[in-house]
Amino acid sequence: MRRTFVILALLTLGLLSYALYEGLVAAPTEQTMGEVQRIFYYHVPSAVTAFTLFLINFAASIIYLARRSPRADALAVSTAEVGVVFCTVVLVTGPLWARPVWGIWWTWDARLTSTLLLWLIYISYLILRRYSTSGQTPVIAAVLAVFGFLDVPFVYMANRLFRTQHPQPVYFGGPGSGADPRMTFALLMNMAAFFAFAALVVWLRFRLERARQDFEETQALEALLQPDARSPR
Amino acid sequence: MSLGEITSVSLAKDLRLEWRAKDAINSMLFFALLVVVIFSFSFDPTAEESRHIAGGIVWVAFLFAAVVALNQTWARELRNQVLDAYRVSPAPANALFISKAVGNFIFVAVLEALMAPLFMVFYNLRSIGPAYELVVVAILATWALVANGTFFAAMSIRTRSREVMLPLILFPISIPALLAMVSATTAILTGEGAYRFWVVLLVVYDVVFTTVCLLLFETVLHAE
Amino acid sequence: MKFLYAAYAATWVIHITYLAFLSRRYRRLRDEMQDLRKK
Repeated sequence: MRRTFVILALLTLGLLSYALYEGLVAAPTEQTMGEVQRIFYYHVPSAVTAFTLFLINFAASIIYLARRSPRADALAVSTAEVGVVFCTVVLVTGPLWARPVWGIWWTWDARLTSTLLLWLIYISYLILRRYSTSGQTPVIAAVLAVFGFLDVPFVYMANRLFRTQHPQPVYFGGPGSGADPRMTFALLMNMAAFFAFAALVVWLRFRLERARQDFEETQALEALLQPDARSPR
Repeated sequence: MSLGEITSVSLAKDLRLEWRAKDAINSMLFFALLVVVIFSFSFDPTAEESRHIAGGIVWVAFLFAAVVALNQTWARELRNQVLDAYRVSPAPANALFISKAVGNFIFVAVLEALMAPLFMVFYNLRSIGPAYELVVVAILATWALVANGTFFAAMSIRTRSREVMLPLILFPISIPALLAMVSATTAILTGEGAYRFWVVLLVVYDVVFTTVCLLLFETVLHAE
Repeated sequence: MKFLYAAYAATWVIHITYLAFLSRRYRRLRDEMQDLRKK
Protein backbone atom coordinates (compact mmCIF):
# COMPACT_ATOMS: atom_id res chain seq x y z
CA MET A 1 0.00 0.00 0.00
CA ARG A 2 2.64 2.43 1.10
CA ARG A 3 4.80 1.99 -1.94
CA THR A 4 1.89 2.28 -4.38
CA PHE A 5 0.93 5.48 -2.68
CA VAL A 6 4.39 6.98 -2.98
CA ILE A 7 4.61 6.06 -6.64
CA LEU A 8 1.19 7.54 -7.36
CA ALA A 9 2.07 10.64 -5.39
CA LEU A 10 5.22 11.15 -7.41
CA LEU A 11 3.33 10.58 -10.65
CA THR A 12 0.74 13.14 -9.62
CA LEU A 13 3.44 15.60 -8.69
CA GLY A 14 5.01 15.13 -12.09
CA LEU A 15 1.66 15.59 -13.77
CA LEU A 16 0.97 18.74 -11.80
CA SER A 17 4.36 20.20 -12.61
CA TYR A 18 4.01 19.45 -16.28
CA ALA A 19 0.49 20.88 -16.33
CA LEU A 20 1.77 23.96 -14.52
CA TYR A 21 4.41 24.46 -17.17
CA GLU A 22 1.86 24.00 -19.93
CA GLY A 23 -0.53 26.47 -18.42
CA LEU A 24 1.96 29.07 -17.33
CA VAL A 25 4.48 28.99 -20.15
CA ALA A 26 3.74 26.76 -23.09
CA ALA A 27 0.15 27.72 -23.86
CA PRO A 28 -0.12 30.80 -26.01
CA THR A 29 -1.18 34.09 -24.45
CA GLU A 30 -4.79 34.97 -24.92
CA GLN A 31 -5.46 37.95 -27.14
CA THR A 32 -7.96 40.06 -25.23
CA MET A 33 -7.11 39.23 -21.64
CA GLY A 34 -3.40 38.71 -21.70
CA GLU A 35 -1.41 36.69 -19.21
CA VAL A 36 -4.09 36.83 -16.52
CA GLN A 37 -6.19 34.45 -18.56
CA ARG A 38 -3.86 31.65 -17.46
CA ILE A 39 -5.73 31.54 -14.16
CA PHE A 40 -8.30 29.72 -16.26
CA TYR A 41 -6.04 26.63 -16.25
CA TYR A 42 -6.38 26.38 -12.49
CA HIS A 43 -9.85 27.79 -12.04
CA VAL A 44 -11.81 25.55 -14.39
CA PRO A 45 -10.21 22.19 -13.47
CA SER A 46 -10.76 23.03 -9.79
CA ALA A 47 -14.42 23.74 -10.46
CA VAL A 48 -14.94 20.52 -12.41
CA THR A 49 -13.10 18.53 -9.74
CA ALA A 50 -15.11 20.09 -6.93
CA PHE A 51 -18.38 19.31 -8.63
CA THR A 52 -17.33 15.74 -9.37
CA LEU A 53 -16.37 15.25 -5.74
CA PHE A 54 -19.74 16.53 -4.58
CA LEU A 55 -21.41 14.20 -7.04
CA ILE A 56 -19.49 11.29 -5.53
CA ASN A 57 -20.54 12.50 -2.10
CA PHE A 58 -24.16 12.38 -3.21
CA ALA A 59 -23.77 8.83 -4.48
CA ALA A 60 -21.89 7.72 -1.36
CA SER A 61 -24.56 9.26 0.87
CA ILE A 62 -27.32 7.40 -0.93
CA ILE A 63 -25.39 4.15 -0.74
CA TYR A 64 -24.87 4.74 2.95
CA LEU A 65 -28.58 5.30 3.52
CA ALA A 66 -29.38 2.10 1.63
CA ARG A 67 -26.66 -0.17 3.02
CA ARG A 68 -25.26 1.57 6.11
CA SER A 69 -21.79 0.69 4.93
CA PRO A 70 -19.06 2.49 6.92
CA ARG A 71 -16.92 2.65 3.81
CA ALA A 72 -19.62 4.63 2.05
CA ASP A 73 -19.75 7.05 4.94
CA ALA A 74 -15.97 7.43 4.96
CA LEU A 75 -16.07 8.19 1.26
CA ALA A 76 -18.87 10.69 1.80
CA VAL A 77 -17.03 12.74 4.38
CA SER A 78 -13.77 12.55 2.43
CA THR A 79 -15.23 13.81 -0.81
CA ALA A 80 -17.16 16.53 1.00
CA GLU A 81 -14.06 17.88 2.72
CA VAL A 82 -11.82 17.75 -0.33
CA GLY A 83 -14.67 19.15 -2.41
CA VAL A 84 -14.91 22.14 -0.10
CA VAL A 85 -11.15 22.67 -0.43
CA PHE A 86 -11.37 22.68 -4.21
CA CYS A 87 -14.46 24.86 -4.14
CA THR A 88 -12.56 27.35 -1.98
CA VAL A 89 -9.88 27.45 -4.64
CA VAL A 90 -12.53 28.19 -7.27
CA LEU A 91 -14.02 31.00 -5.19
CA VAL A 92 -10.60 32.55 -4.58
CA THR A 93 -9.16 32.25 -8.08
CA GLY A 94 -12.39 33.46 -9.67
CA PRO A 95 -12.38 36.97 -8.25
CA LEU A 96 -8.63 37.20 -8.74
CA TRP A 97 -9.27 36.62 -12.42
CA ALA A 98 -12.37 38.79 -12.62
CA ARG A 99 -10.85 41.86 -11.07
CA PRO A 100 -8.18 42.64 -13.67
CA VAL A 101 -10.34 41.48 -16.56
CA TRP A 102 -13.76 42.94 -15.76
CA GLY A 103 -12.88 45.43 -13.05
CA ILE A 104 -15.14 43.79 -10.51
CA TRP A 105 -14.37 41.21 -7.84
CA TRP A 106 -17.73 39.53 -7.88
CA THR A 107 -21.09 39.39 -9.59
CA TRP A 108 -24.24 37.52 -8.64
CA ASP A 109 -24.72 35.61 -11.86
CA ALA A 110 -25.95 32.03 -12.08
CA ARG A 111 -22.61 30.29 -12.10
CA LEU A 112 -20.88 32.24 -9.34
CA THR A 113 -23.88 32.17 -7.05
CA SER A 114 -24.36 28.44 -7.59
CA THR A 115 -20.72 27.82 -6.71
CA LEU A 116 -20.99 29.95 -3.59
CA LEU A 117 -24.17 28.15 -2.58
CA LEU A 118 -22.54 24.78 -3.17
CA TRP A 119 -19.71 25.84 -0.92
CA LEU A 120 -22.14 27.01 1.78
CA ILE A 121 -24.19 23.84 1.61
CA TYR A 122 -21.21 21.55 2.06
CA ILE A 123 -19.73 23.68 4.78
CA SER A 124 -23.03 23.34 6.62
CA TYR A 125 -22.75 19.58 6.02
CA LEU A 126 -19.29 19.52 7.60
CA ILE A 127 -20.45 21.63 10.52
CA LEU A 128 -23.37 19.30 11.12
CA ARG A 129 -20.99 16.34 11.20
CA ARG A 130 -18.71 18.12 13.64
CA TYR A 131 -21.42 19.33 16.02
CA SER A 132 -23.78 16.41 15.99
CA THR A 133 -23.87 14.53 19.28
CA SER A 134 -26.11 11.79 17.99
CA GLY A 135 -24.71 8.29 17.64
CA GLN A 136 -26.19 8.26 14.17
CA THR A 137 -24.40 11.28 12.75
CA PRO A 138 -23.53 9.58 9.45
CA VAL A 139 -27.22 8.93 8.75
CA ILE A 140 -28.23 12.51 9.40
CA ALA A 141 -25.31 13.86 7.45
CA ALA A 142 -26.15 11.59 4.52
CA VAL A 143 -29.72 12.90 4.52
CA LEU A 144 -28.44 16.47 4.50
CA ALA A 145 -26.11 15.64 1.63
CA VAL A 146 -29.06 14.37 -0.41
CA PHE A 147 -30.99 17.57 0.22
CA GLY A 148 -27.97 19.67 -0.54
CA PHE A 149 -27.18 18.10 -3.83
CA LEU A 150 -30.80 18.13 -5.00
CA ASP A 151 -30.82 21.84 -4.27
CA VAL A 152 -28.10 22.68 -6.75
CA PRO A 153 -30.16 22.60 -9.96
CA PHE A 154 -32.73 24.84 -8.28
CA VAL A 155 -30.07 27.34 -7.35
CA TYR A 156 -28.77 27.38 -10.87
CA MET A 157 -32.18 27.77 -12.49
CA ALA A 158 -33.35 30.41 -10.05
CA ASN A 159 -30.26 32.46 -10.57
CA ARG A 160 -30.27 32.20 -14.32
CA LEU A 161 -33.57 33.94 -14.59
CA PHE A 162 -32.90 36.38 -11.80
CA ARG A 163 -29.64 37.63 -13.14
CA THR A 164 -30.16 37.50 -16.86
CA GLN A 165 -32.46 40.44 -16.37
CA HIS A 166 -29.51 42.51 -15.22
CA PRO A 167 -26.42 43.44 -17.23
CA GLN A 168 -23.83 40.71 -16.98
CA PRO A 169 -20.16 40.43 -17.69
CA VAL A 170 -20.12 38.16 -20.70
CA TYR A 171 -17.96 35.07 -20.48
CA PHE A 172 -15.39 35.05 -23.22
CA GLY A 173 -16.12 32.70 -26.06
CA GLY A 174 -13.68 30.26 -24.55
CA PRO A 175 -10.16 29.84 -25.75
CA GLY A 176 -11.16 26.39 -26.93
CA SER A 177 -13.57 27.95 -29.39
CA GLY A 178 -11.71 26.57 -32.32
CA ALA A 179 -8.82 28.86 -31.53
CA ASP A 180 -5.68 27.22 -30.26
CA PRO A 181 -5.22 23.51 -29.63
CA ARG A 182 -2.35 24.16 -27.23
CA MET A 183 -4.75 25.93 -24.92
CA THR A 184 -7.11 22.97 -24.94
CA PHE A 185 -4.15 20.72 -24.27
CA ALA A 186 -3.04 22.81 -21.30
CA LEU A 187 -6.56 22.74 -19.95
CA LEU A 188 -6.87 18.98 -20.29
CA MET A 189 -3.46 18.41 -18.71
CA ASN A 190 -4.44 20.50 -15.72
CA MET A 191 -7.77 18.72 -15.53
CA ALA A 192 -6.03 15.34 -15.42
CA ALA A 193 -3.43 16.59 -12.95
CA PHE A 194 -6.00 17.99 -10.52
CA PHE A 195 -8.20 14.92 -10.82
CA ALA A 196 -5.23 12.76 -9.89
CA PHE A 197 -4.36 15.10 -7.05
CA ALA A 198 -7.94 15.09 -5.77
CA ALA A 199 -8.07 11.28 -5.93
CA LEU A 200 -4.88 11.11 -3.90
CA VAL A 201 -6.08 13.51 -1.22
CA VAL A 202 -9.47 11.79 -1.00
CA TRP A 203 -7.68 8.49 -0.56
CA LEU A 204 -5.63 9.95 2.29
CA ARG A 205 -8.72 11.34 3.97
CA PHE A 206 -10.57 8.07 3.38
CA ARG A 207 -7.87 6.03 5.06
CA LEU A 208 -7.83 8.44 7.97
CA GLU A 209 -11.57 8.09 8.36
CA ARG A 210 -11.48 4.30 8.16
CA ALA A 211 -8.70 4.23 10.75
CA ARG A 212 -10.77 6.46 12.99
CA GLN A 213 -13.82 4.24 12.53
CA ASP A 214 -11.82 1.15 13.48
CA PHE A 215 -10.28 2.95 16.41
CA GLU A 216 -13.62 4.06 17.78
CA GLU A 217 -14.98 0.57 17.41
CA THR A 218 -11.97 -0.81 19.29
CA GLN A 219 -12.42 1.81 21.97
CA ALA A 220 -16.05 0.84 22.40
CA LEU A 221 -15.16 -2.85 22.65
CA GLU A 222 -12.47 -2.14 25.21
CA ALA A 223 -14.92 -0.18 27.29
CA LEU A 224 -17.33 -3.10 27.18
CA LEU A 225 -14.81 -5.80 28.03
CA GLN A 226 -13.00 -3.97 30.77
CA PRO A 227 -15.45 -1.86 32.70
CA ASP A 228 -13.54 1.01 34.17
CA ALA A 229 -13.61 1.00 37.99
CA ARG A 230 -13.52 4.78 37.98
CA SER A 231 -16.61 5.22 35.85
CA PRO A 232 -19.51 6.78 37.75
CA ARG A 233 -21.94 3.98 38.32
CA MET B 1 -55.39 4.03 13.06
CA SER B 2 -54.77 5.33 9.58
CA LEU B 3 -52.25 7.90 8.48
CA GLY B 4 -54.93 10.55 8.19
CA GLU B 5 -56.38 9.86 11.62
CA ILE B 6 -53.05 9.91 13.37
CA THR B 7 -52.04 13.08 11.59
CA SER B 8 -55.15 14.94 12.55
CA VAL B 9 -55.03 13.78 16.14
CA SER B 10 -51.41 14.83 16.44
CA LEU B 11 -52.11 18.14 14.74
CA ALA B 12 -55.11 18.85 16.96
CA LYS B 13 -52.99 18.19 20.02
CA ASP B 14 -50.30 20.61 18.89
CA LEU B 15 -52.77 23.32 18.03
CA ARG B 16 -54.54 22.92 21.35
CA LEU B 17 -51.28 23.13 23.29
CA GLU B 18 -50.23 26.18 21.38
CA TRP B 19 -53.57 27.86 21.79
CA ARG B 20 -53.28 27.43 25.55
CA ALA B 21 -49.69 28.60 25.84
CA LYS B 22 -49.40 30.93 22.89
CA ASP B 23 -45.64 31.08 23.46
CA ALA B 24 -44.59 30.32 19.92
CA ILE B 25 -46.93 32.73 18.24
CA ASN B 26 -46.09 35.54 20.63
CA SER B 27 -42.36 35.30 20.17
CA MET B 28 -42.77 35.00 16.43
CA LEU B 29 -44.93 38.09 16.23
CA PHE B 30 -42.60 40.14 18.30
CA PHE B 31 -39.58 38.99 16.36
CA ALA B 32 -41.14 39.78 13.00
CA LEU B 33 -42.17 43.18 14.22
CA LEU B 34 -38.65 43.89 15.42
CA VAL B 35 -37.20 42.92 12.06
CA VAL B 36 -39.60 45.22 10.24
CA VAL B 37 -38.76 48.15 12.49
CA ILE B 38 -35.02 47.60 12.28
CA PHE B 39 -35.12 47.38 8.53
CA SER B 40 -37.06 50.62 8.43
CA PHE B 41 -33.99 52.34 9.88
CA SER B 42 -31.92 51.19 6.94
CA PHE B 43 -34.25 52.46 4.28
CA ASP B 44 -36.40 55.49 4.09
CA PRO B 45 -38.18 54.63 0.93
CA THR B 46 -40.77 56.44 -1.09
CA ALA B 47 -43.85 54.48 -2.03
CA GLU B 48 -42.31 53.70 -5.41
CA GLU B 49 -39.06 52.36 -4.04
CA SER B 50 -40.67 50.49 -1.22
CA ARG B 51 -42.49 48.35 -3.71
CA HIS B 52 -39.18 47.09 -5.01
CA ILE B 53 -37.63 46.23 -1.67
CA ALA B 54 -40.63 45.29 0.43
CA GLY B 55 -40.66 41.77 -0.99
CA GLY B 56 -37.20 41.09 0.33
CA ILE B 57 -37.83 42.63 3.73
CA VAL B 58 -41.12 40.84 4.22
CA TRP B 59 -39.69 37.42 3.51
CA VAL B 60 -36.59 37.93 5.59
CA ALA B 61 -38.80 38.92 8.50
CA PHE B 62 -41.05 35.89 7.99
CA LEU B 63 -38.05 33.61 7.60
CA PHE B 64 -36.55 34.63 10.93
CA ALA B 65 -39.92 34.41 12.63
CA ALA B 66 -40.46 30.95 11.16
CA VAL B 67 -37.14 29.80 12.58
CA VAL B 68 -38.34 30.82 16.04
CA ALA B 69 -41.35 28.54 15.60
CA LEU B 70 -39.34 25.75 14.00
CA ASN B 71 -36.80 25.63 16.78
CA GLN B 72 -39.44 24.73 19.27
CA THR B 73 -41.14 22.21 17.01
CA TRP B 74 -39.65 19.22 18.70
CA ALA B 75 -38.80 20.70 22.08
CA ARG B 76 -42.06 19.61 23.62
CA GLU B 77 -41.70 16.10 22.24
CA LEU B 78 -38.21 15.74 23.64
CA ARG B 79 -39.23 16.87 27.09
CA ASN B 80 -41.85 14.17 27.39
CA GLN B 81 -40.07 11.34 25.58
CA VAL B 82 -42.77 11.44 22.96
CA LEU B 83 -40.29 10.64 20.21
CA ASP B 84 -39.26 7.40 21.87
CA ALA B 85 -42.87 6.43 22.30
CA TYR B 86 -43.53 7.24 18.68
CA ARG B 87 -40.59 5.23 17.47
CA VAL B 88 -41.81 2.18 19.30
CA SER B 89 -45.40 2.51 18.21
CA PRO B 90 -46.61 1.12 14.87
CA ALA B 91 -47.74 4.57 13.80
CA PRO B 92 -46.33 5.69 10.46
CA ALA B 93 -43.53 8.20 10.91
CA ASN B 94 -44.87 10.44 8.21
CA ALA B 95 -47.99 11.14 10.24
CA LEU B 96 -45.80 12.81 12.82
CA PHE B 97 -43.94 14.79 10.20
CA ILE B 98 -47.06 15.96 8.41
CA SER B 99 -48.80 16.97 11.60
CA LYS B 100 -45.77 18.93 12.77
CA ALA B 101 -45.28 20.58 9.39
CA VAL B 102 -48.93 21.51 9.03
CA GLY B 103 -48.95 22.82 12.59
CA ASN B 104 -45.95 25.02 11.84
CA PHE B 105 -47.56 26.09 8.59
CA ILE B 106 -50.63 27.26 10.48
CA PHE B 107 -48.56 29.18 13.00
CA VAL B 108 -46.52 30.95 10.35
CA ALA B 109 -49.59 31.60 8.20
CA VAL B 110 -51.34 33.23 11.15
CA LEU B 111 -48.26 35.34 11.67
CA GLU B 112 -48.21 36.38 8.03
CA ALA B 113 -51.89 37.26 8.10
CA LEU B 114 -51.33 39.45 11.14
CA MET B 115 -48.18 41.09 9.82
CA ALA B 116 -49.32 41.77 6.25
CA PRO B 117 -51.51 44.76 7.07
CA LEU B 118 -48.70 46.12 9.23
CA PHE B 119 -46.32 45.92 6.32
CA MET B 120 -48.78 47.72 4.10
CA VAL B 121 -48.98 50.48 6.63
CA PHE B 122 -45.28 50.81 7.45
CA TYR B 123 -44.13 50.85 3.86
CA ASN B 124 -47.09 52.54 2.26
CA LEU B 125 -47.58 49.59 0.02
CA ARG B 126 -50.23 49.23 -2.55
CA SER B 127 -49.90 46.28 -4.83
CA ILE B 128 -50.03 46.84 -8.57
CA GLY B 129 -50.72 43.21 -9.33
CA PRO B 130 -53.79 41.35 -8.05
CA ALA B 131 -53.70 40.60 -4.33
CA TYR B 132 -54.83 36.99 -4.61
CA GLU B 133 -51.52 36.24 -6.32
CA LEU B 134 -49.79 37.35 -3.15
CA VAL B 135 -51.77 34.76 -1.24
CA VAL B 136 -50.76 32.04 -3.70
CA VAL B 137 -47.11 32.97 -3.30
CA ALA B 138 -47.48 33.13 0.46
CA ILE B 139 -48.92 29.62 0.64
CA LEU B 140 -46.26 28.08 -1.58
CA ALA B 141 -43.44 29.97 0.06
CA THR B 142 -44.52 29.25 3.61
CA TRP B 143 -44.84 25.56 2.85
CA ALA B 144 -41.34 25.54 1.35
CA LEU B 145 -39.87 27.04 4.51
CA VAL B 146 -41.94 25.04 6.92
CA ALA B 147 -41.61 21.61 5.30
CA ASN B 148 -37.85 21.72 5.08
CA GLY B 149 -37.66 23.55 8.39
CA THR B 150 -39.64 20.92 10.28
CA PHE B 151 -37.51 18.19 8.76
CA PHE B 152 -34.21 19.93 9.49
CA ALA B 153 -35.37 20.72 13.01
CA ALA B 154 -35.72 16.98 13.53
CA MET B 155 -32.22 16.48 12.14
CA SER B 156 -30.66 19.03 14.44
CA ILE B 157 -32.20 17.73 17.65
CA ARG B 158 -29.04 16.05 18.83
CA THR B 159 -26.47 18.65 18.01
CA ARG B 160 -24.63 21.16 20.12
CA SER B 161 -26.05 24.67 19.82
CA ARG B 162 -29.21 23.28 18.33
CA GLU B 163 -30.86 26.65 17.83
CA VAL B 164 -28.04 27.85 15.64
CA MET B 165 -27.66 24.58 13.78
CA LEU B 166 -31.17 24.70 12.36
CA PRO B 167 -30.82 28.00 10.47
CA LEU B 168 -27.29 27.05 9.54
CA ILE B 169 -28.37 23.98 7.61
CA LEU B 170 -31.76 25.31 6.54
CA PHE B 171 -30.80 28.63 4.97
CA PRO B 172 -28.40 27.51 2.25
CA ILE B 173 -30.82 24.90 1.00
CA SER B 174 -33.75 27.30 1.13
CA ILE B 175 -32.05 29.96 -0.92
CA PRO B 176 -33.59 29.07 -4.28
CA ALA B 177 -37.02 29.10 -2.65
CA LEU B 178 -36.22 32.40 -0.94
CA LEU B 179 -35.13 33.91 -4.19
CA ALA B 180 -38.32 32.71 -5.84
CA MET B 181 -40.62 34.01 -3.11
CA VAL B 182 -38.95 37.38 -2.96
CA SER B 183 -38.92 37.76 -6.74
CA ALA B 184 -42.52 36.64 -7.08
CA THR B 185 -43.67 39.06 -4.38
CA THR B 186 -41.73 41.91 -5.94
CA ALA B 187 -43.11 41.02 -9.35
CA ILE B 188 -46.65 41.24 -8.02
CA LEU B 189 -46.09 44.43 -6.07
CA THR B 190 -44.38 46.25 -8.88
CA GLY B 191 -46.38 44.70 -11.68
CA GLU B 192 -43.29 43.81 -13.65
CA GLY B 193 -41.16 40.69 -13.85
CA ALA B 194 -41.66 37.00 -14.52
CA TYR B 195 -44.18 36.15 -11.82
CA ARG B 196 -45.24 32.89 -13.44
CA PHE B 197 -41.72 31.47 -13.64
CA TRP B 198 -41.13 32.05 -9.94
CA VAL B 199 -44.41 30.45 -8.96
CA VAL B 200 -43.62 27.40 -11.08
CA LEU B 201 -40.19 27.21 -9.48
CA LEU B 202 -41.79 27.33 -6.03
CA VAL B 203 -44.26 24.61 -6.95
CA VAL B 204 -41.52 22.34 -8.26
CA TYR B 205 -39.36 23.07 -5.23
CA ASP B 206 -42.25 22.27 -2.90
CA VAL B 207 -43.08 19.03 -4.67
CA VAL B 208 -39.49 17.80 -4.86
CA PHE B 209 -38.52 18.62 -1.32
CA THR B 210 -41.76 17.53 0.30
CA THR B 211 -41.34 14.19 -1.43
CA VAL B 212 -37.77 13.88 -0.20
CA CYS B 213 -38.87 14.82 3.32
CA LEU B 214 -41.59 12.18 3.30
CA LEU B 215 -39.22 9.55 1.96
CA LEU B 216 -36.50 10.23 4.48
CA PHE B 217 -38.33 11.23 7.65
CA GLU B 218 -38.60 7.72 8.98
CA THR B 219 -34.83 7.33 8.62
CA VAL B 220 -34.24 10.52 10.55
CA LEU B 221 -36.76 9.67 13.26
CA HIS B 222 -35.04 6.39 13.96
CA ALA B 223 -31.64 7.97 13.82
CA GLU B 224 -32.15 10.21 16.80
CA MET C 1 0.59 39.92 -13.79
CA LYS C 2 0.33 40.03 -10.04
CA PHE C 3 -3.15 38.52 -10.06
CA LEU C 4 -1.96 35.50 -11.97
CA TYR C 5 0.74 34.66 -9.46
CA ALA C 6 -1.58 35.43 -6.56
CA ALA C 7 -4.13 32.99 -7.94
CA TYR C 8 -1.64 30.17 -8.44
CA ALA C 9 -0.04 30.81 -5.07
CA ALA C 10 -3.41 30.97 -3.31
CA THR C 11 -4.39 27.65 -4.86
CA TRP C 12 -1.39 25.89 -3.42
CA VAL C 13 -1.60 27.65 -0.09
CA ILE C 14 -5.14 26.33 0.26
CA HIS C 15 -4.18 22.79 -0.74
CA ILE C 16 -1.12 22.68 1.47
CA THR C 17 -3.06 24.03 4.43
CA TYR C 18 -5.54 21.21 4.06
CA LEU C 19 -2.80 18.61 3.76
CA ALA C 20 -1.16 19.99 6.91
CA PHE C 21 -4.52 19.76 8.67
CA LEU C 22 -4.80 16.13 7.53
CA SER C 23 -1.35 15.23 8.77
CA ARG C 24 -2.12 16.76 12.14
CA ARG C 25 -5.22 14.57 12.41
CA TYR C 26 -3.20 11.50 11.44
CA ARG C 27 -0.71 12.27 14.16
CA ARG C 28 -3.44 12.81 16.72
CA LEU C 29 -5.10 9.54 15.81
CA ARG C 30 -1.79 7.71 16.11
CA ASP C 31 -1.23 9.20 19.55
CA GLU C 32 -4.67 8.14 20.67
CA MET C 33 -4.09 4.63 19.37
CA GLN C 34 -0.85 4.42 21.29
CA ASP C 35 -2.60 5.60 24.42
CA LEU C 36 -5.18 2.90 24.05
CA ARG C 37 -2.54 0.25 23.49
CA LYS C 38 -0.70 1.28 26.62
CA LYS C 39 -3.81 0.89 28.72
